[in-house]
Amino acid sequence: MSDITKQSLNSLVKNIKEKKLSSYEVTKSFVERSEKSKKLNAYITEDFSNALVKAKKFDDSPNFDLKLPGIPIAVKDLFCTNGIKTTAASKILNNFIPTYESTVTQNIWDEGGILLGKLNCDEFAMGSSNETSYFGNVQNPIDENLVPGGSSGGSAAAVSGQLTPVTIGTDTGGSIRQPASFTGTVGLKPTYGSCSRYGIVAFASSLDQAGPMAQNVEDCALLQEVISTYDPKDSTSIDFKRNQYRKELSKNIKGKKIGIPKEYRVDGMPKEIEELWQKGIQHIKNCGAEIVDISLPHTSYALPTYYIVAPAEASSNLARYDGVKYGFRSEGHNLIDMYEKTRSEGFGSEVQRRIMIGTYVLSSGYYDAYYLKAQKVRRLIKSDFDEAYKLVDAILTPSTPSSAFKIGEKKDDPISMYLNDIFTVPVNLAGLPAISIPAGHDAKGYPLGLQIIGKAFAEQEILDIAYAMEEKIEFKNKINDWWM
Amino acid sequence: MSIDLKTIKHISKLSRISVDDKKAEKLAGDLNSIFDFIEKLSELKTDNVQPLTSVAETTLKLRPDEIKSKNIREQILKNSPADNEDFFVVPKVVE
Repeated sequence: MSDITKQSLNSLVKNIKEKKLSSYEVTKSFVERSEKSKKLNAYITEDFSNALVKAKKFDDSPNFDLKLPGIPIAVKDLFCTNGIKTTAASKILNNFIPTYESTVTQNIWDEGGILLGKLNCDEFAMGSSNETSYFGNVQNPIDENLVPGGSSGGSAAAVSGQLTPVTIGTDTGGSIRQPASFTGTVGLKPTYGSCSRYGIVAFASSLDQAGPMAQNVEDCALLQEVISTYDPKDSTSIDFKRNQYRKELSKNIKGKKIGIPKEYRVDGMPKEIEELWQKGIQHIKNCGAEIVDISLPHTSYALPTYYIVAPAEASSNLARYDGVKYGFRSEGHNLIDMYEKTRSEGFGSEVQRRIMIGTYVLSSGYYDAYYLKAQKVRRLIKSDFDEAYKLVDAILTPSTPSSAFKIGEKKDDPISMYLNDIFTVPVNLAGLPAISIPAGHDAKGYPLGLQIIGKAFAEQEILDIAYAMEEKIEFKNKINDWWM
Repeated sequence: MSIDLKTIKHISKLSRISVDDKKAEKLAGDLNSIFDFIEKLSELKTDNVQPLTSVAETTLKLRPDEIKSKNIREQILKNSPADNEDFFVVPKVVE
């Protein structure tokens, strides 16, 4: 069967279950395409030969009751994989081989998934363009001059370039949704507490969530069904009744109330984004749902809040990299000198910048003015959503304020880079689920995404809305395999 | 507000990241522009607002205090940059 890599996850699962395809054929196709796609720099670590062995083993004694029967899947290199190098795209973890497995990846293997390899990302997931990776930037399959977004840039490029049927990323301020938007793919950031953080290299613990990235909404729903489980090993994992997201997927959103927040109409937003949003509103109406104008008054404070809270948590989380227990070490003439050299040589400049910001806002004399203040504003931002959800079931916004930008364009201007996450960051601060779906192209032919934000634990509801809209939008990704 | 080189050196010491003068100057510039941006928060009155520390509105669950991992010394030392098979090795700290 030709064009195996073009098939959706759900169609691959169906074909394997009906014995029209073997796991080996499928895995081999993705391995071969990945081999021909080195130019994208999507992988940090390849595990192709093991993947083929595992696929053969699956075919020898198949279990077709599994949700991902013999499906090869590459994952972001932020998930610890037992025995396979896990770097977080940092020099400081360049030689780190975990002796345990993250819960989310374990869930995938338990349902029959097969590891293809570990995907590139921004260093410690800090970035919006995949340019902070120690292993070099990733190219966007849409156009070789474009960033794929970040931090899950390798993941987005791998899905959009069809190197893996689906993948998982992590999202602290937009790191799943922004790259999904830049590459014409679907990305879901689940409710905080929905997917276990156990075994994920920590960035900002009160914001980090793992989530699925896929070619379409149905695939995204299936992967979310697999990865979202209650996990006692993560003290913030929440024990709630999880849906069978794919099985229960429905296009019927008649009577739903969808909010349009006026504060997301920001200055300088390209006309194309506004038009895309209007088209989205029309699609929602055509699906029989109702549009309601709402206000999220503290939206413009979300980014400044995020750039206190996230670096503060990061500076604390990254204190563990000291050159003693694991990872890179630079020799020093005493212990302190060794720490300081290790961290100065082991972390890249963006990570150092954020550790410094975080250390400063937590330091004596500045804690109240910055960190405590940010936590209070975080409450106001969450309250905005609580109020809005008294009136509506979900909220529709653009995913990003622009389409993908050029490699190098924003690298030396942190603020302009941070502004990329203006529509995605409030969601993490409030702990809500949100999905980005491809919704159109700009004049240059680059994809643009729309974001649907839900109530806490309402993943099914936003997946349903996305599913209904996807049918109306009829998005086609313009990929010409330029790198092959 | 302005973050000067002395402050940068202080933060660098607190965060155990060595910075030379050239790097300190670059960092001061970056941090000042980021803090100008963050300054926007001072527009808001928050005297009566409770800080939000976690969005997960659950109380931490208790579990029995049982040992679940046994004899994993080798695993723990596996990734260490320097060890003597029993302990992590660091530069001498006592004379």
